Amino acid sequence: MTLKEKIMGSQIWKSIFRHDFEDTPSNRGKVIRSNVFLHLHPLRIPEHAMKIRFTWCMGGITFFAFLVECITGILLMFYYHPVIEYAYMDMKYLQFDVPFGQILRNVHRWGAHLMVFTVMLHMLRVFLTGSYKKPREFNWVIGVVLLTLTLLMSFTGYLLPWDQLAYWAITVGTNMGAATPFFGVEGPFPIVDKFNDVRFVLLGGTTVGANALLRFYVAHVIAIPAIVFVGCAIHFWRIRKDGGISRPL
Amino acid sequence: MADDSKPTLEPEGCPHCPKENMSDSRRTLMRRLGWGAFFTTLAVSAAGTLRFFFPRVLFEPPTSFKIGTMKDYPSGSADKYGVISVSEQFMEKQRVWIVRETDKVYAIFGKCTHLGCTPKWFADERLFKCPCHGSQYYSNGVNFAGPAPRPMDRYIISKLADGRIVVDSSELFTVDNFDDPRCFLKA
Repeated sequence: MTLKEKIMGSQIWKSIFRHDFEDTPSNRGKVIRSNVFLHLHPLRIPEHAMKIRFTWCMGGITFFAFLVECITGILLMFYYHPVIEYAYMDMKYLQFDVPFGQILRNVHRWGAHLMVFTVMLHMLRVFLTGSYKKPREFNWVIGVVLLTLTLLMSFTGYLLPWDQLAYWAITVGTNMGAATPFFGVEGPFPIVDKFNDVRFVLLGGTTVGANALLRFYVAHVIAIPAIVFVGCAIHFWRIRKDGGISRPL
Repeated sequence: MADDSKPTLEPEGCPHCPKENMSDSRRTLMRRLGWGAFFTTLAVSAAGTLRFFFPRVLFEPPTSFKIGTMKDYPSGSADKYGVISVSEQFMEKQRVWIVRETDKVYAIFGKCTHLGCTPKWFADERLFKCPCHGSQYYSNGVNFAGPAPRPMDRYIISKLADGRIVVDSSELFTVDNFDDPRCFLKA
């Protein structure tokens, strides 16, 4: 009995993998179906799905960028304090002294730019190929929500270095929120004052300060990504449920 | 994989099931109470969670603050915009410039009227310049370049009985109301 046979014959292995890996159509199906991650994927991939010039794999690249952001983001969290006294210094510390901190931060930043870029290209492809049409209307709607969440992740992440660019970008951005109809103090028909309008709840105050930094941090590292994760799961699952990846007519 | 092949239980086939119509109204009542309690709890928690995001206490500077007496803003020679001095003493904490003209003192709120950035005071040029989109203002807060639509706004300013000057940032005066007696002090 070889070591491989010993491991693959053990109860531990068999309790995790319920099937063997002999290359049969049945096993190929089981590999996909018995895996919680892969089961979102169709059992069989039609030939047309491999036509990269049709799909550009842009959604896949976007998801890949999102995973890169999650991993590098979690690593950055080990050195970053979302506190006014430390935020900027931690960013500089990451860049200049933390081992591999510079490349980590840069991968996170460029990955974010890439994700925004590819998610838009993905939308363009879906639009140009008419893949938003029946029966995929609902998946288009989920996609639009995911695009918005992607932009919100970029926006909230922008404040975290706590430099001049960050501070003023968020000042301008949240001031636009204050111009919201009804719920913004400077917008048309305000029913709120500056202590309970949209900007106030975004910033946790009336100016970009400690509360704003903490709120944007929480939104950036957990609140929005959690929703994006669930949204992605639905988005991918719906591809299969709505008749598989769209094809050239 | 649909489980259509599974046999479904017929109501008649269940010996322990209560007979139809027996306690229907009581069951309906209990069901409504149950769901009612559930959704009430949900609604109250949602309202509480929403309220949670609006803090009661803000650790921001108070809206009303003293800036010294008239002696701290002495007369002198005026620049070509009629301004004798621009004090930056309260800029960092209160975001306000105290401006002394020959005949009056007023408090300019340091917020660009374009999109809300804080302009910077250039004492040698006698100008305020906004770093965001390049708006520029004279030393009296009147805009002359860039996208700013109007002069910078001013706060309430008043004098206490003992001569100390108080600035109140709870109300803003725009350019149309600059002659309101509450937004300047006669020197």
